[in-house]
Amino acid sequence: MVPFAGWDMPVQYSSILDEARAVRSNAGLFDVSHMGRFELKGADAATLLNRIFSSDVQKLQIGRARYGLICNKEGGIIDDAILYRLGEERFLLVPNAGNSDSVSDWINCWSKASDQVNLEIVTSQFAMIALQGPSSSKILSRLTSYPLNSIRPFRAIETMVSESPAIIARTGYSGEDGFELMVPALDSPMVWQRLAEIGAVPCGLGSRDVLRLEAGLPLHGNDINADTNPYEAGLGKFVDPDRKDYVAREALVDIHRGKSRRKLVGFNMVGRGIARQDQVIMSGETRVGIVTSGTISPTLDRAIGMGYVRSDLSSASTQLYIDIRGRLVEAEVTKLPFYSRRKSE
Amino acid sequence: MKNPDDRKYIKDHDWVKIGPDGLAIFGITDYAQDSLGDVVFVELPNSGSEISQSTSFGEIESVKAVSELIAPVSGTVTDRNDAVVDTPELVNTSPYEDGWLLKVKMSDASEIEGLMTADEYESFLANEV
Repeated sequence: MVPFAGWDMPVQYSSILDEARAVRSNAGLFDVSHMGRFELKGADAATLLNRIFSSDVQKLQIGRARYGLICNKEGGIIDDAILYRLGEERFLLVPNAGNSDSVSDWINCWSKASDQVNLEIVTSQFAMIALQGPSSSKILSRLTSYPLNSIRPFRAIETMVSESPAIIARTGYSGEDGFELMVPALDSPMVWQRLAEIGAVPCGLGSRDVLRLEAGLPLHGNDINADTNPYEAGLGKFVDPDRKDYVAREALVDIHRGKSRRKLVGFNMVGRGIARQDQVIMSGETRVGIVTSGTISPTLDRAIGMGYVRSDLSSASTQLYIDIRGRLVEAEVTKLPFYSRRKSE
Repeated sequence: MKNPDDRKYIKDHDWVKIGPDGLAIFGITDYAQDSLGDVVFVELPNSGSEISQSTSFGEIESVKAVSELIAPVSGTVTDRNDAVVDTPELVNTSPYEDGWLLKVKMSDASEIEGLMTADEYESFLANEV
């Protein structure tokens, strides 16, 4: 167990690599209760969220979820989050654990006295369990009568799981099909245990990091932060700046119009070693970037990583060197994601 | 896993055992492999390299972290276990047997005397953890 943003979190239950393999081949179970859960209700909930969320909240339909960014006035990424619209005037925002306070401060900062909206932080009232992997649907169908096939990706519904009321969302952070369940905290040990009994493999933070990196998904605090903007991070497609009240609008329009100095890229290690966060990326004698994430990929059987490099060195197949504790190890830029699942259906 | 009685231990969680040929064999303990988790790279010195007690002779890297390998005794490397270089998970599955790292011709046989026995190492672990 390690301390993580005020929570005690398991890094691994058995082995990081075995857990990651279980998610790719079968199904894994993650306790992601550390993620924030903000419920926003009221006639102006959509209006308030639309000021701070990078995509157009007014267009988000009931029962759907959207990934987006919460940017400061300079266009820097305060957090990335998933926003669920549970009703016309009811939303659930799921920010990262370590950013919950800054996100709630930011929301309060942009709410007006006249807004009819109530923000309630329900993080500790509900647990969040992610069930990820190709067998997720089969496993979850044993515990609910809801037709899971009808929940397409980025949709969420409210139903019962075992004897517990639950929100089931078809979302995740692993690059596999899967679900995220929100259940009352008191029911969560029972739901977790049932899912594990049916065959979902308990997985820790370690394999979660490996899986998200294989899937090319950025981690806030590693690959994105308040000093990086969505365009250099390759997240421009999640930005819809064309909204009058959007607080990051001007900065993001300017950034988008200009040229990015640097870009977030994926790279494969050619030489031996794992690149780690904050190691320097070199091209010849010149320092050209910085590693933001690195791991070994059990799915691809090689070391992979992400980092910011000078824009002119960001195209696929560019040769780079990572300074791994004084040793320059060859790496090669590659297209993200490293891994994408074969789509059945 | 019980730490075998036929060898000595150091606080850096490495073990050393004198083989039938008189050479010192190095490895890491079960506690060390368990804390590291899946080992994915092992960097070892070549035969002929000189190593000295309590200093780094190589690196062991797991998915989680990198650690220095600390020499329990001084000497000259006569052999390294290329099997662990090719198959690093041997360190996880067999830290005391197949996962050995180096064979070393000791330069000062008395160095081994001051090291911990299995029982002493276990009390050390009990106090540390």
